[in-house]
Amino acid sequence: MSYKIAIASGKGGTGKTSVSVNLLQQFSHALDVTLVDCDVEEPNDHLFLPQSKFLKSEEEFLQVAQINTNNCTYCRRCVEYCEFNAITVIPPLEFAKINADLCHSCGACLVACEEDAIIESPSHIGETRFNQVFALSKLIEGRLKIGSPMQTKLISKLKKKALAENKRITLFDAPPGTSCPVVETIADTDYVIMVTEPTPFGLHDLKLGIHLIQEMNIPFGIIINKAGGPFKDTMEYIQSNHFELLAEIPFSKEYASIYSRGDLLTNAPQEFLDIYRQIGNTLIEKMKIYEGNHRS
Amino acid sequence: MKEITVLSGKGGTGKTSITAGLASIAEDTVFCDSDVDAADLHLILKPKILNKNIFDGAWVASIDQELCNHCGLCKEHCRFDAIHINEHEQHVINAYQCDGCRLCERICPAQAITSKRSVKNFWYISKSRFGTMIHAEMGPGEENSGKLVSQVRKVAKEKAKEQKASIILNDGPPGIGCPVISALTGSQEVLLVIEPSKSGLHDIKRLISLVQQFKIPMKAIINKYDINLEISQEIEDYLEEESIPLVEKLCFDRKFVDAMIQGKSIVEYAPESENAKAIQNIWRNLNH
Repeated sequence: MSYKIAIASGKGGTGKTSVSVNLLQQFSHALDVTLVDCDVEEPNDHLFLPQSKFLKSEEEFLQVAQINTNNCTYCRRCVEYCEFNAITVIPPLEFAKINADLCHSCGACLVACEEDAIIESPSHIGETRFNQVFALSKLIEGRLKIGSPMQTKLISKLKKKALAENKRITLFDAPPGTSCPVVETIADTDYVIMVTEPTPFGLHDLKLGIHLIQEMNIPFGIIINKAGGPFKDTMEYIQSNHFELLAEIPFSKEYASIYSRGDLLTNAPQEFLDIYRQIGNTLIEKMKIYEGNHRS
Repeated sequence: MKEITVLSGKGGTGKTSITAGLASIAEDTVFCDSDVDAADLHLILKPKILNKNIFDGAWVASIDQELCNHCGLCKEHCRFDAIHINEHEQHVINAYQCDGCRLCERICPAQAITSKRSVKNFWYISKSRFGTMIHAEMGPGEENSGKLVSQVRKVAKEKAKEQKASIILNDGPPGIGCPVISALTGSQEVLLVIEPSKSGLHDIKRLISLVQQFKIPMKAIINKYDINLEISQEIEDYLEEESIPLVEKLCFDRKFVDAMIQGKSIVEYAPESENAKAIQNIWRNLNH
């Protein structure tokens, strides 16, 4: 049973990807790990893992409904059942059509139709890419087809494939925000790392993210990235609420420049590696407790 | 009237800080925050809310345990794996997994399932020191299918018409998925805020292909260009290939954060700074 850790942030650009690939490296010294890039709109983890070896890619499809007008009686029952306004039926014109971009693939129209006029066919929403990285670990990345609005569905397929790898630890790099793609990513995880930056925007979005995680009842800890600036409210917020602070990672223009080149893992200053080693150790302790509790 | 949408692909490249800077010099402009998922523009514009409205969110189903006869039909039909059997052998719906399709409600032979619309989403008409602002607040974990984005943009358009404003400045969400598609459709121009990093470049390429599908003209700015001069040059070359005009390059400057802490835009906080002048120039360019 894999110990599942999500890396989320609320605000974009706080350092989720940096934290994800650094933790992958830390854990991979001793364990087998899957890093799952769930930011399927803009997957970036692979940019920081140039040494990873591409294994295979699988195209992902969503079954979307279509109307076979040969069988359709234009009764409009499917239109009533569809909550997503994806179906248009105009009886006098004998017109019946489902908009594939709006279809959520819920199956309601199939239940509604008594004439066997609805069939399902696959619609392409993106791909899952498997890569070997370090000796025992994998990077599994989802890439949303450009123009597809089905990011949440792709994340759900991606997660199932990643968990089938059954590695000791599974890391999920979440998309920014606090809406459904983030919920899909962090659902059923055992621990969430919130990565924030000490700015008013960062704090505002951190609070939104924590609100969500608390509602979902998942344990969490916080990393303050780009720390050391003049804004102290983030630290006060964490301390006064007694939240777990995993680490503060100092801001460094040099590190920002290393990041920009995608050189994070090979060229990082020792100070940063030490911080990640300490975060990794804290998380491995949590994993051991989890494994102890789940041993049957 | 021209609607300009600010986008970036990657998060955290400076969309909102730059939008706030533009807002502080804009005239005849209505401001719209379409990043409803993690809205931040109001932290600088500090608008006074004139009008608060509930936005009907997605349906969420729940099961009445008194009526449920445990037939399992709902669980069998739910394609979102949202229906579970709890430790008391009861069928229960996980609201976060529920997609709101209401199929379970329709097929339940005991009529034990009802759905309610989420009421955790709001949109606002507000007044800021720079002009009218339309923004929203989404409850955590809500479905951001882009409907709330479309709503704030629709209201911004109505307000702009009413006030005979010439521009709507629309601060967009990160990514390329449905909220971005909703923020984009029907805009007259897209302003790209690009960060010179491998991820920034990778992400902007995906965004540019999306915007090209909608045939909307783009202009670009590179933010923090001096973080990596080599990738900045790579971005410039790429923009040229794609015939997207580069309007300005902004340098890395901690004053952006200092301004944010004061609740000010960079133009208000450091009007003589290089970046404040660059933002003035961007605004002139967008007005052309």
